[in-house]
Amino acid sequence: MTVAVSLSSFALGILFGSAGAAAKLSHSLILNGVAEVYTTVVRGVPELLVIYLLFFGGGGMAMALAGVFGYEGYIELNAFTIGVLAVGLISGAYSTEVIRGAVQAVPMGQIEAARACGMSRWLILRRILVPQTLRYALPGLGNVWQLTLKDTALISVTALAEIMRVAHVAAGSTRQPFLFYTTAAALYLVLTTVSTAAFERAERYASRGVRRA
Amino acid sequence: MNWELMWDSVPTLLGGVPVTLELVGLALLFGAVVAFAVAMLRLSGNRIAERAMAAYVFVFRGTPLLVQIFLIYYGLGQFAFVRDSFLWPFLREPFWCAILALTLNTGAYTSEILRGAILSVPLGQVEAARACGMSRTLVFRRIVLPVAIRQMLPAYGNEIILMVKASSLASTITLLEITGIARKVIAQSFAVFEIFIVAGTIYLLLNFLASRAIRYAEWRMTPYLRARG
Repeated sequence: MTVAVSLSSFALGILFGSAGAAAKLSHSLILNGVAEVYTTVVRGVPELLVIYLLFFGGGGMAMALAGVFGYEGYIELNAFTIGVLAVGLISGAYSTEVIRGAVQAVPMGQIEAARACGMSRWLILRRILVPQTLRYALPGLGNVWQLTLKDTALISVTALAEIMRVAHVAAGSTRQPFLFYTTAAALYLVLTTVSTAAFERAERYASRGVRRA
Repeated sequence: MNWELMWDSVPTLLGGVPVTLELVGLALLFGAVVAFAVAMLRLSGNRIAERAMAAYVFVFRGTPLLVQIFLIYYGLGQFAFVRDSFLWPFLREPFWCAILALTLNTGAYTSEILRGAILSVPLGQVEAARACGMSRTLVFRRIVLPVAIRQMLPAYGNEIILMVKASSLASTITLLEITGIARKVIAQSFAVFEIFIVAGTIYLLLNFLASRAIRYAEWRMTPYLRARG
């Protein structure tokens, strides 16, 4: 469950992050402002508070949103959706900065060269910008992934049965809290270690064309 | 949007600021001591000490803070020898458990920052100091440490902000700091957005002040960058 939540919210985070980075790099003042507010608020407010906001207020928000589109029924979001949304929102704010930095790291000359070759904007984005951005962003995204993984522990307050929740319930019913929390800690350690190794491999794969000094 | 409720909740939520500041301040203070000791041991050249400290850092950076807090608050009470020891009056209190967890957590992160900063001190400066006849401790005190502290300031600023946010987790073990109070008020009034905005603003303000303070400290410590204008 923890892995499912982490993966979906990380994916959602990258989606938010790309949108945020695009907004921050665009020339529109409104988009700039919105993205700036988003990253400042989400990165400056405790994760737990964001989760509480969506957990207690998420249903109302969804209903208000549906009301705009003319739907007047009652909507109930399940714990999984809320958890993924909350953690995705948080990891999206961090991803925004990582992706923005990576996009800016692509040398301007290459984009000019591509344009000089007659590539369209989309083709440049697909062939030049995205592949290189991915390589530059990988280490930063690795950090975001670790944060995301650990933030999922906070969703246990919404009664979603991920590692932390299960440990909490087991500790309560067997009165052996130390044992179960240690097990939970060990599980998280395994997850972080495995993903660190995975990101290292991905990095090596992504920079296979780069000559080392 | 209920403005009146928002306005009324401001003093209530501000009542949580002292607890949050105490948590963050004490944890950062103790954490700095832990970090210094750990960084020293990791650079000591003693194999066993290095391994042990690396393991400590690995465990505390690889697990969520929430697990650490629960482990200390709920977990330690399971053992009779802990309950009988002289530490029990402290470990019984959620406040000291939160401090302990935050201290160990920030200690692990800060020790890595400090270690990186010490390693980044140019070797030439150390050699020059040795050539002037300074002893090892004097070199460390006068050359390595000041340069390292200056070097680590930006990263340490991040750590402070992370700590302000991490202190909100103390609300899960019944401590009434800003988030704890916010949760209580939300449960009473169902005004999720209003309370979130007020509590969020308080945190943003705290973090803003922290980042300003760090920037000022950085400015004070780098006079040589200012002279060029």
